[in-house]
Amino acid sequence: MELVLATAIGVMTGCGVWLILRPRTYQVIVGLSLLSYAVNLFIFGVGGVKTNVPPILVDGVSTSTLADPVPQALVLTAIVIGFATTALFLVVLLASRGLTGTDHVDGRNDPK
Amino acid sequence: MLIVAAFYPSVTDSAVLRFEGTWLPQLGLNFTLRMDGFAWLFSMLITGIGFLVVVYARYYMSEDDPVPRFFSFLLAFMGAMLGIVISGNVILLSVFWELTSIFSFLLISYWHNSAAARDGARMALTITGIGGFCLLIGLLLLGNIVGSYDLDKILAAGDVIRGHSLYVPALVFILLGALTKSAQFPFHFWLPNAMAAPTPVSAFLHSATMVKAGVFLLVRFWPVLSGTYEWFYLVGLAGIITLVLGAYFAMFQQDLKGLLAYSTISHLGLITTLLSLGSPLATVAAIFHMVNHATFKASLFMAAGIIDHETGTRDMRRLSGLFRYLPITGTLAMVASAAMAGVPLLNGFLSKEMFFAEAVETHADSILDRILPYVATLASAFSVAYSLRFIHTVFFGPPPTDLPKPKPHEPPRWMRFPIELLVVACLIVGIIPAISIGPFLHTAVVSVLGPETPEYSLSIWHGVNLPLIMSTIALVGGTLLYLSLRKYLATCEDGPPILRNLKGQRIFERVLVEVSWRWARTLERRFGTRNLQPQLRWVVATGFLAGLLPLYLSGFETREIVFSGIDPAFAAIWLLGICLAFATAYLAKYHRLAALVMLGGVGLIVCITFVWLSAPDLAITQLLVEIVTTVLILLGLRWLPKRTEGLVEAISLRARFRRFRDLALAVVCGIGMSFIAYAVMTMPVPDTIANYFLENAYSEGGGRNVVNVILVDFRGFDTLGEIAVLGVVALTVFALLRRFRPADDSMDLPEQQRIQNSFDEDRPERSAGDTVRDYLLVPSVIMTWLFPVIITFAVYIFMRGHDMPGGGFSAGLTLSIAFLLQYLAGGTRWAEDRLRILPLRWMGAGILTASATGIGAWFFGYPFLTSHFQYVELPLIGKMPAATALLFDLGVFSLVVGSTVLILVALAHQSIRINRLRAIDAAKTEEG
Repeated sequence: MELVLATAIGVMTGCGVWLILRPRTYQVIVGLSLLSYAVNLFIFGVGGVKTNVPPILVDGVSTSTLADPVPQALVLTAIVIGFATTALFLVVLLASRGLTGTDHVDGRNDPK
Repeated sequence: MLIVAAFYPSVTDSAVLRFEGTWLPQLGLNFTLRMDGFAWLFSMLITGIGFLVVVYARYYMSEDDPVPRFFSFLLAFMGAMLGIVISGNVILLSVFWELTSIFSFLLISYWHNSAAARDGARMALTITGIGGFCLLIGLLLLGNIVGSYDLDKILAAGDVIRGHSLYVPALVFILLGALTKSAQFPFHFWLPNAMAAPTPVSAFLHSATMVKAGVFLLVRFWPVLSGTYEWFYLVGLAGIITLVLGAYFAMFQQDLKGLLAYSTISHLGLITTLLSLGSPLATVAAIFHMVNHATFKASLFMAAGIIDHETGTRDMRRLSGLFRYLPITGTLAMVASAAMAGVPLLNGFLSKEMFFAEAVETHADSILDRILPYVATLASAFSVAYSLRFIHTVFFGPPPTDLPKPKPHEPPRWMRFPIELLVVACLIVGIIPAISIGPFLHTAVVSVLGPETPEYSLSIWHGVNLPLIMSTIALVGGTLLYLSLRKYLATCEDGPPILRNLKGQRIFERVLVEVSWRWARTLERRFGTRNLQPQLRWVVATGFLAGLLPLYLSGFETREIVFSGIDPAFAAIWLLGICLAFATAYLAKYHRLAALVMLGGVGLIVCITFVWLSAPDLAITQLLVEIVTTVLILLGLRWLPKRTEGLVEAISLRARFRRFRDLALAVVCGIGMSFIAYAVMTMPVPDTIANYFLENAYSEGGGRNVVNVILVDFRGFDTLGEIAVLGVVALTVFALLRRFRPADDSMDLPEQQRIQNSFDEDRPERSAGDTVRDYLLVPSVIMTWLFPVIITFAVYIFMRGHDMPGGGFSAGLTLSIAFLLQYLAGGTRWAEDRLRILPLRWMGAGILTASATGIGAWFFGYPFLTSHFQYVELPLIGKMPAATALLFDLGVFSLVVGSTVLILVALAHQSIRINRLRAIDAAKTEEG
């Protein structure tokens, strides 16, 4: 399981990095989304990979077998904040596109 | 001032008054005030002269000047200066030190319309500010050596300090601070430029108090720092050069205040020289001269101010024969400048005699020490010459001819009063020193020198000895010097011959330009870029290296890769996920919609992963966020420019190289992340804080869903901050979109709508827009019907949040999706005709509820956000947990709904706004 997850994280990071280095704003937004998936999964994975033991207390089940709730709480926060930043970037993108007429990240097409 | 005076009895007999208030006790910083005899003497000086200057300024300032600002600055300065004098902690001292620099800046630039005032103020601030910074470093070093920042402890540790290896750096930094403040060579040039300040400021700050702070500091640390070879050379060299140069420059000034400024520099040089000698007797003389100089120089500045005020000029080439108009001021100025020149029966004479006596003594056998008597006599002769010049040019000679104000007369009674008082003080001290100033001086000296206090006598007549002869030579020589230079001085340019071209100010400005403009520009050109891509490239590369470095340094233990235990279904899902991720990266340039769909696919697979790996809460949130984000980006896609593959221009070699580099970077980052992730995940999980949360979630938080309990209870404060961020983002989005104007090529109707509308127009039974409305008829009916269902679902998710997966975040997102669907189903207009959503109210209510819940805990005597819980029976629903955390979660819920809806609606409204914009444009073209 860890191997699959690690590969997935690596692939998403690679694609994300490639995309945020591209010149078009849309590519950057998509790249950031991919990166945030990768990072969220990574943080989540730090707590250990366990199946079928959600951190929900049930009488008679020892707490030590349950999954680590802390990374989950962190990632939950990260997902919501990630949504907020995506929204903000999207709107900045639109405003910049409206003002400059181009969707290049620098607001102009000529490379200088 | 009266208060300070009242403290006098408690500081005699070398007692020390202390007041201690805690400030940052963890760092050893306390708000300690201490007053000993020396501080008392200085405080008297500051408050006394401060009082006189305030009286004087009342008449000096013209009615057009904003006087409240002036007085508030002046009094604030006085407070800061007192702070320096009585602070008992060296860090506190440094803070007050900076404050005086800042107020000096504000006061010099008081007449901020004049360029000279602005430049002078800036220069003074730059020099003294740099000095203050050096001082802080020096004091920190000192505190480090001693192990305490408390002044008393430092003063008691003289031998430790002098023997320490950090002594020289500490000394150099402290001296830099002191010498810049006291305008000593080579930092003297700011003081003449600071004369652009109003005269009361010059009298108070730049002669009596602030410039004395430097020498005050030298005296303060004299017991612990002095007596070494380095001290003697550094302080002595600066002092002697300043003493002579200042006096020499003063002779050739044409501006009254310029003359006084250079004379101040010279006198400060004298004090510094005295301190450099390292003998207790010289220190007595230094302290004595500080007081004397403050009295006569302040009165001279005020006299110069009166002359300026009455005649309108300070240029000595234009002033002459004023004695017949200003007899009283003239007499006062004469006495004061005689004190400055060191004429017997005045206070200046006494301290100058002491100086001569010390100069003759041999302290450290060196060239510097041997030439001192001659240098002292020379400087003294200069000072006689400029004092004489000041009086003779201004008050004697033929009546003035070209004054800006032709009829000068005596100033108001109370404007002259401060000068009178100070001059009387000069006389009293000069004639009966032992009775008038003696005891106070003794107190001050004892507090500095302690048991080392030497025998000294304050009297006018010591018999015919070497100092007296030197004084006589200086007096006669100075008079002769003035007489021989008189003709030349009456007409010459400002500044002494030859040296007038060598201006410290010019050098200073050149250095400033070089550092702050040329170097900065070069650096910016070399390393700066305004383009995003290189910046991001650097960030990513740095991040990669930062990750690699520790692994490289501490060695990377290869771990066997385990293939067993992989669920084939899980692997298959991620095989798909990986393909989707690649496809997203590939398609994002030309096929945005396809890329978005792929991205959504990746998101869903992440969501499945969360389900698989025991994180139901994350899965729910991820799914909902995925939906909302996708809709959001879909709404945004409409405004992006068209991009088709056919339009690709030939790719240059450089672009090819750039892509290759980015690809390489992406690949190494990806591989690196894989390795790290694998390594971390296969490591045995250490005993973490997780167990604490798992064990206490139910007993203390009253919930079974530990993730939710962490969010709303254990780490509730974080969540409060987070929802605030969400709210701020929503408001920012709203604000940005209010002024949004799409690019010209996005103004037209989308192609699909055009086709649909033209289809309508071709058929008489349909009106335009029908097809658009009918386009998604069946889905829209379903969406409308789903509205109550989704609301119920949201409530359900919310209610069970504390015990089962769910909670405020997911419920909020669910409800906003319900609203969103209504917009999708019927269009913006249709939805808003039927629904009144006030996202701002939702947001406000949310943040208020959350904070109020937190504050509520205060009323029961618990810290912010402490939660209380119990189970309650609700009719129909049954038993449910009712922690106060639930209320908090309600706030989260409300804010999430408000923010999400606000963002989406703001974006959706652009389609309506664009119609208005189109109409405006059309109107414009018709007019044009």
